[in-house]
Amino acid sequence: MAKARVKVPKTAAAGELVTIKTLVNHKMESGRRKGKDGKVIPRKIINAFSATFGGENVVSAKFEPAISTNPYFQFSFTVPSTGDLVMKWTDDDGSTVEKTKTITVA
Amino acid sequence: MSLTRRNALVLGSAAFVVTLVPLHAFAASEKTMADIKAFSGGAAVSNGGIDLTTPEIAENGNTVPVQFSAPGAKRVMILADGNPSPGVGTFNFGALGDASGSIRIRLAGTQDVVAIAEMADGTYVQIAKTVKVTIGGCGG
Repeated sequence: MAKARVKVPKTAAAGELVTIKTLVNHKMESGRRKGKDGKVIPRKIINAFSATFGGENVVSAKFEPAISTNPYFQFSFTVPSTGDLVMKWTDDDGSTVEKTKTITVA
Repeated sequence: MSLTRRNALVLGSAAFVVTLVPLHAFAASEKTMADIKAFSGGAAVSNGGIDLTTPEIAENGNTVPVQFSAPGAKRVMILADGNPSPGVGTFNFGALGDASGSIRIRLAGTQDVVAIAEMADGTYVQIAKTVKVTIGGCGG
């Protein structure tokens, strides 16, 4: 499935607010478009995204077909200590993409 | 500055715009109201405490950048009032998250984009912004 690209700072100060940028290559077929044969192309979108840091929920989101092709999502959170940021996208067909990035608190 | 006729006209029209903007009533469609009700559980929704940044005019309805920020919110829902189905996304923030985010959304045409947030104390706030869309983005 899709390929995810993320921009995460490698280091941060304790308690610093960091901004994470994420982008996934995905068609986000809304289920409203029609193909050449006049039939509706079935819906196939990324319907969920979640980010956890050190096992704690940062943000979990539910996406609807109104999210654009190649869904972009930017969010911020405060880094308490060194840990892993795990980001996960879930497709309508059940497949998932996961990205893990470590943020080191100096 | 002497008050010429031109200046008077400019002042007058500016004052007119200023009085018009707060009066812009947000009239949501039935589907949107149903979604808001499902989100808030029928609780009263007030204004303020949440910020939504949208372009005034979007040339392409397929990707409209939208930015929201609701400090202290637990949940934020974004709705596009004029889309065939108004839901855009729902975001649940943990203790670490700062309840803000940026997304790119599809808009079928000129319409209001609505953001509703559930604050930590259980109250609900909302904001609506009108986006003019030149080319709609929901396909044929």
